[in-house]
Amino acid sequence: MSGVDVLLWGVLPYVMVVILVSGTIWRYRYDKFGWTTRSSELYESRLLRIGSPLFHFGLLVVIIGHVIGLLIPESWTDAIGLSEHAYHIQALVLGGIAGFCTLVGVGILVYRRRTSGPVFMATTRNDKLMYVVLVAAIVAGLATTVLGTGIIGEQHSYRETVSPWFRSLFVLQPDVASMGQSNLEFKIHTLIGMLLFTIWPFTRLVHAFTAPLAYLFRPYIVYRSRDAGPATRPTRRGWDRVG
Amino acid sequence: MRVMAQLGMVMNLDKCIGCHTCSVTCKQAWTNRSGVEYVWFNNVETRPGQGYPRRYSDQETWKGGWVRTARGRLRLRAGGRFKKLLSIFANPVLPNIRDYYEPWTYDYETLTDAPLGDDFPVAQPKSLISGQPMAVEWSANWDDDLGGAPEHGPRDPIVERIRTESEDKVRFEYERAFMFFLPRICEHCLNPSCVASCPSGAMYKRAEDGIVLVDQDQCRGWRMCVTGCPYKKVYFNHRTGKAEKCTFCYPRVEVGLPTVCSETCVGRLRYIGLFLYDADRVTEAASVENEHDLYPAQLELLLDPHDPQVIAAARRSGIAEDWISAAQHSPVYKLAKQYRVALPLHPEFRTMPMVWYIPPLSPVVDRLTETGHDGEDAGNLFGAIDALRIPIEYLAELFTAGDPEPVRTVLQKLAAMRSYMRDVTLERPRDESIATAVGMTGGEIVEMYRLLAIAKYEQRYVIPTAYSGEARELEELGCSLDVDGGPGMVAGSGPFGEASGRPLPVSVETFHALRHRQTSEELADPGEPGARINLLNWDGKGRPAGLFPPRRTASEPESGTADPTADPRPDTPMAKDRP
Ligand code: SF4
Ligand code: SF4
Repeated sequence: MSGVDVLLWGVLPYVMVVILVSGTIWRYRYDKFGWTTRSSELYESRLLRIGSPLFHFGLLVVIIGHVIGLLIPESWTDAIGLSEHAYHIQALVLGGIAGFCTLVGVGILVYRRRTSGPVFMATTRNDKLMYVVLVAAIVAGLATTVLGTGIIGEQHSYRETVSPWFRSLFVLQPDVASMGQSNLEFKIHTLIGMLLFTIWPFTRLVHAFTAPLAYLFRPYIVYRSRDAGPATRPTRRGWDRVG
Repeated sequence: MRVMAQLGMVMNLDKCIGCHTCSVTCKQAWTNRSGVEYVWFNNVETRPGQGYPRRYSDQETWKGGWVRTARGRLRLRAGGRFKKLLSIFANPVLPNIRDYYEPWTYDYETLTDAPLGDDFPVAQPKSLISGQPMAVEWSANWDDDLGGAPEHGPRDPIVERIRTESEDKVRFEYERAFMFFLPRICEHCLNPSCVASCPSGAMYKRAEDGIVLVDQDQCRGWRMCVTGCPYKKVYFNHRTGKAEKCTFCYPRVEVGLPTVCSETCVGRLRYIGLFLYDADRVTEAASVENEHDLYPAQLELLLDPHDPQVIAAARRSGIAEDWISAAQHSPVYKLAKQYRVALPLHPEFRTMPMVWYIPPLSPVVDRLTETGHDGEDAGNLFGAIDALRIPIEYLAELFTAGDPEPVRTVLQKLAAMRSYMRDVTLERPRDESIATAVGMTGGEIVEMYRLLAIAKYEQRYVIPTAYSGEARELEELGCSLDVDGGPGMVAGSGPFGEASGRPLPVSVETFHALRHRQTSEELADPGEPGARINLLNWDGKGRPAGLFPPRRTASEPESGTADPTADPRPDTPMAKDRP
């Protein structure tokens, strides 16, 4: 367990969480107006209609896969009689397909961004940086799926290295040693993932945090009173409400 | 009964000359920013024509508004909540910028920069979206005044529909063509499908006055409202990624001023006032089975503001007295419900729109006179209504979901008014049978005539201000130096000279000034010596005292006269170098 390991797997994750949480709160408080999908569907919809659902739905499956793989200990799947081998097969098939969809989707979206004039014009530097990190994270993730499951190269059971480390982070006792034993692909993927979450609050990705699930439960027609409060008429400096 | 108040508008289409003043002033006020170049909160369409955006009223394509399910419930035409969330990553029926039009500017620079040559330089059109040179092929009123009607006219969804029914009704040959203008704003519907479509809950209907707004801080750019609105009156700002729509000029109506489009309307054809309606029965009214019953159901929702029960219920729901009294004097209530001459636009979308239209009576009198008839005789007029140039079927598709009867009745009332008023003007005995033939009394006809023809500003716009209890909040909160005689009281300036201190909310300042200017005959004179006049509020009347700095007299030497470079013409107010 080297000092680098401690830094990467014992300190960095917490730095990331602090930036992610405080950055998100800060953005929500001071830039509500900028909190949007910044959709470009108005300019171009043919490619978007293929690329965007492919990417987003793929990503949702990928997220579920991560949750299962990282949070559910190996002993639990063993207990329900799912063998190590069977688990890897399903992870490879499901994860591979979802990851592939995500990659193709983001590929279409990037291609669209580059080739459709108005969409390219509307692309900021912030977007470009975000795309680089996002695509890198997806590619590295796919690489771990393909390489780690032993199709090419040696099989690597991340559920004995990465997952225990991930869970240990929550109890504030990072199991740096476990993570240190995982292979290079997993380390790279994890690092890029942490980078992605670090820049997350400062990019358009924030829209994911306001996925409108409440829509399923609210009444259709929304009434609001004119004096609904600070959202409609900002009070001025020095006139903060009491209580 | 849950009484709510709703601001509504009526437009008298007979008077619209299609000048687009309303659209332009609205645009100058609200959407002259980048990102909303293509956005027209108010647009004026030539009918027959495709409208803006192209063929918006064809809901088979655009999936706006509500549909009634087999079980009698209302469902969003574009799909329910689950379907909305599943299609959130790419809205399947969002109009493309080309369905509106690609906004452009001209490359004016070449006009001045082009090198000397044999050819005249031209200013090429350049897209405001991509920055590239573009061919201008469509715009917000491309088929204005029937421009290109033989080509574009048949694509009007209503023309398509009536054509299949009766081949002959709509013609585009020059001799038989007809047209009228249809100014459109957001309908501020009672049952707004845009609000229902918004996944974030950012769109809302204001409880006090029914204005439908988008909370810009809460909008996340999911674009479902654009699809949801059958009138396509929510637009997507492609720069900010937020939805924007007509606000009924709420900062103006809150201080009792009419909307910009109404204020500037050349034909003075717009009326603004309050409706009181029963909020508990909106859904029920919007889901009646037969589309022809939608207009009567909508009328049913509007409550009689003179009915003591309604007044009591309104008080119970916290509606202020001045609002109740405004509802009693509301011109829109009179036109829509009392005289029943104003009709809603496309009630079949089931959103219960609150901008109403008096259908045009086309130049029927002249036509009758040409053919040797007495053009203002009631009998002749009634007979001619079915042979109008603007087919009743067309108007019915616009205003009553295809039911010709209400449209015919309205046109008959308008015709009866002409006939009856002729006798009044010529001081002949009044023929009360004309009035009774359309179910009105002579007195009502005269009243309706006054409202439609000669009503003054105060009668056309009866707008109660924001709750009197809130009136103080509309003003800027005072600062501690604002005591009488304190430094904060210097007109138009803060403690550290002009424009110091906290800025006045610009809207409040200018709206009050504007209101003052419109309702008073006096000069825009600040009144106090030494105070300057705000040029924005000067209406050109006379020469108010504060317009120029006071003249200096010869006996009052200027402090700088010893300086040889001093201005030799101390009397000229425009002199340069003046401190
Ligand atoms: S007309 Fe206005 S209130 Fe009605 S659905 Fe459209 S945007 Fe909403
Ligand atoms: S300003 Fe009045 S007359 Fe002119 S187009 Fe608009 S509504 Fe019609």
